[in-house]
Amino acid sequence: MLDAEFFRRWLTATAALVDREAARLTELDSAIGDADHGANLQRGFTAVTEALAKDAPDTPGAVLVLAGGQLISKVGGASGPLYGTLLRRTGKELGDAAEVTPGQFAAAFAAGVEAVARLGGAQAGDKTMLDALEPAVAALGASTDTFATARDAAGQGARDTVPLRARKGRASYLGERSIGHEDPGAASSALLLTALAGAVA
Amino acid sequence: MRMLINVPETVVADALRGVAAAHPELTVDVENRIIVRRDAPVAGKVGLVSGGGSGHEPLHGGFVGPGMLSAACPGEVFTSPVPDQMVRAAAAVDSGEGVLFIVKNYTGDVLNFEMGAELAEEEGVQLAKVLVDDDVAVTDSLFTAGRRGTGATLFVEKIAGAAAEEGAPLERVEALARRVNEVSRSFGVALSAVTTPAKGSPTFELPSGELELGIGIHGEPGRERRAMMTSREIADYTVDVLVTDRPPSGPVLLLVNGMGATPLLELYGFNAEVHRALGERGVTVARTLVGNYVTSLDMAGCSVTLCEADEELVRLWDAPVQTTALRWGR
Repeated sequence: MLDAEFFRRWLTATAALVDREAARLTELDSAIGDADHGANLQRGFTAVTEALAKDAPDTPGAVLVLAGGQLISKVGGASGPLYGTLLRRTGKELGDAAEVTPGQFAAAFAAGVEAVARLGGAQAGDKTMLDALEPAVAALGASTDTFATARDAAGQGARDTVPLRARKGRASYLGERSIGHEDPGAASSALLLTALAGAVA
Repeated sequence: MRMLINVPETVVADALRGVAAAHPELTVDVENRIIVRRDAPVAGKVGLVSGGGSGHEPLHGGFVGPGMLSAACPGEVFTSPVPDQMVRAAAAVDSGEGVLFIVKNYTGDVLNFEMGAELAEEEGVQLAKVLVDDDVAVTDSLFTAGRRGTGATLFVEKIAGAAAEEGAPLERVEALARRVNEVSRSFGVALSAVTTPAKGSPTFELPSGELELGIGIHGEPGRERRAMMTSREIADYTVDVLVTDRPPSGPVLLLVNGMGATPLLELYGFNAEVHRALGERGVTVARTLVGNYVTSLDMAGCSVTLCEADEELVRLWDAPVQTTALRWGR
């Protein structure tokens, strides 16, 4: 079973990974975007860890909703609303249960990813964070063993964005010239899944 | 990198403190990042709120004041503001006549203004939104995010702002803003890449002797790279692109806009070439504005915006405006 502590560990680990990888995310973003993805996510996840330290919600749902709200209020750009919606929607799906099963989490996360797709009007293959998130959703199952599989699927999904032509977001303005670069949103989504797999005790 | 900053994390807050120090006619909320005209909310007047990433100054904060915007929400550098800012701005400028959000077409701006609008409406503000998408360099289709909002934002803010100042109701201010966007087209070229404070090095490599055609305002490369052209050649190319996309059937308002690092000496020379190029294609110019208005940090280069203007739009363009970056007629 996964409790509030697990989800705090997940988000704290994500914040640490984003810190470590901020320069790489920004570098990826400078190739096809506007060179701020790393700094933006860093600002957002710093706010998340601060908020979780100050206020320690005692259900998985409340942890994720709080984190999502922080991302929406602090990040800006497209990634604020998109990551914020991912976590908020996932949290809302979990309701107020004190503990959830990996299977319940998988279903809730799938709903969160679907909300991201709807908000951004994007789908897999558009060279966005969905290219990492959707394979992860497909891999998540009824046990925590599947978290590592989801991490690998997300990482592969991110790398698979390299040959794609961007059709959403700022990279889409480059047309053909967006080909040959990894999508920074997919790369940061892969970090989220890496942290998830790492949070399994 | 040499920049006149303290640390990248505080550039926006530091700039807002400077704006506050220079302009007592504005209310600058540094902590919540909104710039509001001092006398807001103005009784009987529709509120106009715009915003977007910082780094495009004077857009949008420089256009706050009588005759133009009621409030501006600056985001982080090249990053859209967050919904909290729009909600606060709407509350600060709403006199009960409603508020118009002027949004440039970027995924981040659209999403954040959308969320901000929902929250402000929940708080009882009557809201309308207009999307600016004038950049002809982007091929618009169902498979892209659509055309970017660039130079036409200035025309939309000025003309809608003039109508609001005259006491026009929200519906009419919104309709005018839409109309200005529909009849406006922009195209930009870069002679150098930009350096964002967060990255500290140019966002793309542009060898000397080359230029980027069809750029936006966020340091992203353009659609095409070519060998450097003369001012005359760039003017012909740009005017051709604009006039092909939407041939004006009447006189135009012309904005020859610097991207931040191109001197006025060059911009005025380029303006002469744009006037010549327009004249050769049968387009008459009703009004011209030359300067750095919708910039992209330290990018060298320029953009041209044409707004087909009938008598009403010209009259609203000429109406008094008193902001830090644009002022005339009063």
